[in-house]
Amino acid sequence: MSEMDTDAVEAMGLHVHLTDGQLVARCRAGEPEAWNELVERFSRYVYAICVQAFKLSEHDAEDVFQEVFTRAYEHIDKLRDDEAIRPWLAQLTRRLCIDRLRAGSHEQPEDLLDPIGADETLARLDDAIAVHEALAILPDNCQDILDRFFARDESYRMIGEALDLPSGTIASRISRCLAKLRLEMEEKPPAPRPDIG
Amino acid sequence: MTAFDEERLGDLLSALPPAPESWVRAAQEIPRTHSGVDEIVERAEADEEYRRYVVADPEAALAEADVVAHVDAVELLRRKLDK
Repeated sequence: MSEMDTDAVEAMGLHVHLTDGQLVARCRAGEPEAWNELVERFSRYVYAICVQAFKLSEHDAEDVFQEVFTRAYEHIDKLRDDEAIRPWLAQLTRRLCIDRLRAGSHEQPEDLLDPIGADETLARLDDAIAVHEALAILPDNCQDILDRFFARDESYRMIGEALDLPSGTIASRISRCLAKLRLEMEEKPPAPRPDIG
Repeated sequence: MTAFDEERLGDLLSALPPAPESWVRAAQEIPRTHSGVDEIVERAEADEEYRRYVVADPEAALAEADVVAHVDAVELLRRKLDK
């Protein structure tokens, strides 16, 4: 991104195009907008680890979710590599999920302490993060329609009403945006898979 | 990730639904909670009477300091007072 683009982004109070490391540095400097963006950026990931990989109840997942971000806030000065915030959050979330399952283990079979398939789910979530990063490069209208249809599970009717589009055009728009996303993914260098085992 | 067919892209987009908004907002409040708690602790260290009040009713002390008195904030306040 050019310096001018960065300035424009900052003028709007947005940090969406900052790298993870740049965002962490700004959080450490005490910028409130940076912290809001950090929570926004990783909230889906932490939530998905809790409810998909470890299948926590909503109540337990909420406790772990808040604990993860509390610890992130308290320990952000101690991160050894700012760019590694995502695997660090994944590791922390995983550990807190296991602690939570272990705390309730009088009712749980032993194999729920590290659920079968958790590693596969975590790998899938890392791929999903890569797709979301590519999505963030697409035009806003594509980001919006793909997120509404796939991640928010909204119907054509709901999307049409929200975006003021005829519902008959939604499917073709989704298809065109998916094609753009596919192109972005094909041009994107493969991200190293974090070792969080 | 090696295959980019649109079905798989859709599947991966579906894998990250938004976290509940109230959870995200609460997490975004964490810095404000910490600074509010730090102010209470600093005052309590300088004023024994205020300290007794905070220990007796941490929720009220938090509310007075404009900090949402949720369980985590009360726990954080107790932990810092005990240090």
